[in-house]
Amino acid sequence: MAENDKIIDEVVGNDYKYGFTTNIEQEFAAVGLSEDTVRFISAKKNEPEWMLEWRLKAYKAWLKMEQPKWQNVHFPNIDFQSIIYYAAQKKKKVINSLDDVDPEIRSTYDKLGIPIQEQKLLAGVAVDYVMDSESVITTFRESLKEKGIIFCSISEAIREHPELVKQYLGSVVPQRDNYYAALNSAVFSDGSFVFIPKGVRCPMELSTYFRINAENTGQFERTLIIAEEGSYVSYLEGCTAPMRDENQLHAAVVELITMDNAEIKYSTVQNWYPGDKEGKGGIYNFVTKRGMCKGKNSKISWTQVETGSAITWKYPSCILKGDNSIGEFYSVAVTNNYQQADTGTKMIHIGKNTRSRIVSKGISAGKSQNSYRGQVQVHKTADNAYNFSQCDSLLIGDKCGAHTFPYLEIKNMTGKVEHEATTSKIGEDLLFYCNQRGLTNEEAVSMIINGYCKEVFKQLPMEFMVEAQKLLSISLEGSVG
Amino acid sequence: MLSIKNLTVAIGEKKILSDFNLEIKDGEIHAIMGPNGTGKSTLASTLAGKEEYEVLSGEVIFNGKNLLEMGADERAREGVFLAFQYPVEIPGVSTTNFMKAAVNAKRKHHGLDPMDAKDFLKLMKEKLALVEMNKEFTSRSINEGFSGGEKKRNEIFQMAMLEPALCLLDETDSGLDIDALRIVANGVNQLKSKNRSFLIITHYQRLLNYIVPDFVHVMYGGRIVKSGGKELALKLEEQGYDWIKEEVGELI
Ligand SMILES: Nc1ncnc2c1ncn2[C@@H]1O[C@H](COP(=O)(O)OP(=O)(O)OP(=O)(O)O)[C@@H](O)[C@H]1O
Ligand SMILES: [Mg+2]
Repeated sequence: MAENDKIIDEVVGNDYKYGFTTNIEQEFAAVGLSEDTVRFISAKKNEPEWMLEWRLKAYKAWLKMEQPKWQNVHFPNIDFQSIIYYAAQKKKKVINSLDDVDPEIRSTYDKLGIPIQEQKLLAGVAVDYVMDSESVITTFRESLKEKGIIFCSISEAIREHPELVKQYLGSVVPQRDNYYAALNSAVFSDGSFVFIPKGVRCPMELSTYFRINAENTGQFERTLIIAEEGSYVSYLEGCTAPMRDENQLHAAVVELITMDNAEIKYSTVQNWYPGDKEGKGGIYNFVTKRGMCKGKNSKISWTQVETGSAITWKYPSCILKGDNSIGEFYSVAVTNNYQQADTGTKMIHIGKNTRSRIVSKGISAGKSQNSYRGQVQVHKTADNAYNFSQCDSLLIGDKCGAHTFPYLEIKNMTGKVEHEATTSKIGEDLLFYCNQRGLTNEEAVSMIINGYCKEVFKQLPMEFMVEAQKLLSISLEGSVG
Repeated sequence: MLSIKNLTVAIGEKKILSDFNLEIKDGEIHAIMGPNGTGKSTLASTLAGKEEYEVLSGEVIFNGKNLLEMGADERAREGVFLAFQYPVEIPGVSTTNFMKAAVNAKRKHHGLDPMDAKDFLKLMKEKLALVEMNKEFTSRSINEGFSGGEKKRNEIFQMAMLEPALCLLDETDSGLDIDALRIVANGVNQLKSKNRSFLIITHYQRLLNYIVPDFVHVMYGGRIVKSGGKELALKLEEQGYDWIKEEVGELI
């Protein structure tokens, strides 16, 4: 198969278009992690005592834990003492309006194609901009406030809404849940907080844009979204990082909570720097995302488009506690060159008549490895639970790998669990057909992939769908000759 | 239009076309017939630029350009169209979107702006009518779940959309019912023009009742062994290929 070899050899670097750095004066915590680091971060954030204690508890738990090794990814040991755990803009001033944002930071977001500007506001998306350890600005908050919606940085929420944070932080992902969640709980620096009051349908998409800028720093953001009875919110998360030769750690925690009849739709377009085409550098994306359908008839839907990171390791999950609650997971994970992804979901059925749906599309190119790992648990209490899983893998070339690890744990037989899986290749016949209609290989692959992922893409809000489609084409650029 | 000289093509070690020659002038319709496995599809795919087929020698000039130097996609944009014997399915991609991309790729190649949405829809409607196809097909994923006959019709629809100079039809008539055959032939006849040529591969003379060829060629053992007019097809239908094989027996 000389042809296939040629195809692989022509795999050229995905031109990562977000690899620049921003020159702003920043202040950092001392390198490494100790109790002092935790205290330093907490102090920088002007946190109340209870929060510091919460962090220290997590830190102590973390010290006793071991890095998990079961996932199907390979990387050298991370030296947690060589990471900087806090980096923020030095020149602090109170930011009341868009005009107060540092022009360097503004132009960063402009370059990323997400201008901190009126047009974004007009597009009806409220955005929280987080660079390294700090939220830069949250737009649109006044008009949200009128409806009783709180959308702010988590640091601000800790100060302004301690009762809510105290009640819910760690309620879905406890401090000692896993190694990286414990680390995050100890040192998280910023992230978003959303509270949608009873009966309110959030009138616009809420969005956080995460950006790693500083060198040798880890990003540990924390997101908490609470949807009260009968409320609805659609939330989007995007992220990029500069191109650097060393690996950087991103260990976030996201917690979602829905009460009776509430719904949260959480979409991610993940585009952390994947490393170069030889596999040097890139972000380690070790994230814990979990939602709790606490109330009856509530619904949590995860949609993720994962194109970036050197290693992605995450399983956005749903605990379906309320009767009739619904969990959904729609995922597109693309790996190229030397990227590794081990991603999937967990659906934990506890309430009666709970339903879950998993649609996973893994696309592997280059020498990458792409694993789907999904768990469906049906507890004794979960009468008539229903799960449907569809896991498809698409291979481009023959040097990459796709793996599927479904786990089932059924303790109540009244329900039904269905699993379908396919593996396919972008074959030469398919490419030739497209070529014969005048499309280049690149155009053909982009079209085929977008068709393949349609079911997931259509879950995304319109403008993010377009962005996701473009990203996919970029990350697979040059994957066929 | 097309001039093929001494074309020899192999797949791996196996020679499939050997010393193949054919001239097609503007506006002409040529039919190629021949037993299974003689290299008809190989000829069509080689002209369309499929990479597995290795050209060992010979030349192909298409409208003054060396076709063999171009990639498959460029040949298509230059005006070579192949209606496939076995069209593929592309899940999740509608015929509309596929054609939009194809039409605009061709326009770009010729220095034109993308077609605007309204004109495109108009063009689609017009060409759908040509092959009496329901609009509903164009919003479905290409060929997915299409019947054999529908796939073939979809090929002719795409051909009509792209307005190629050279149309290669590989057994488009196979698997068509009587009505569909008439419809497809009708479509092709409407596309006939003085600067568009056709190379039609078929096993059945029936198609040639509808689309009247200027020349009929018989292919055997990777080359044309006999050429004639429409009456040659009738003779083949009556007598099969044995007499041809006998006639050329010494040659091969
Ligand atoms: N990819 C391939 N690998 C190996 N052999 C091939 C390949 N493609 C075609 N061949 C062989 O080349 C020869 C010619 O095949 P081709 O498809 O061109 O015949 P055809 O004249 O179109 O036949 P039919 O009338 O059955 O469509 C056959 O013997 C076939 O098995
Ligand atoms: Mg054939």
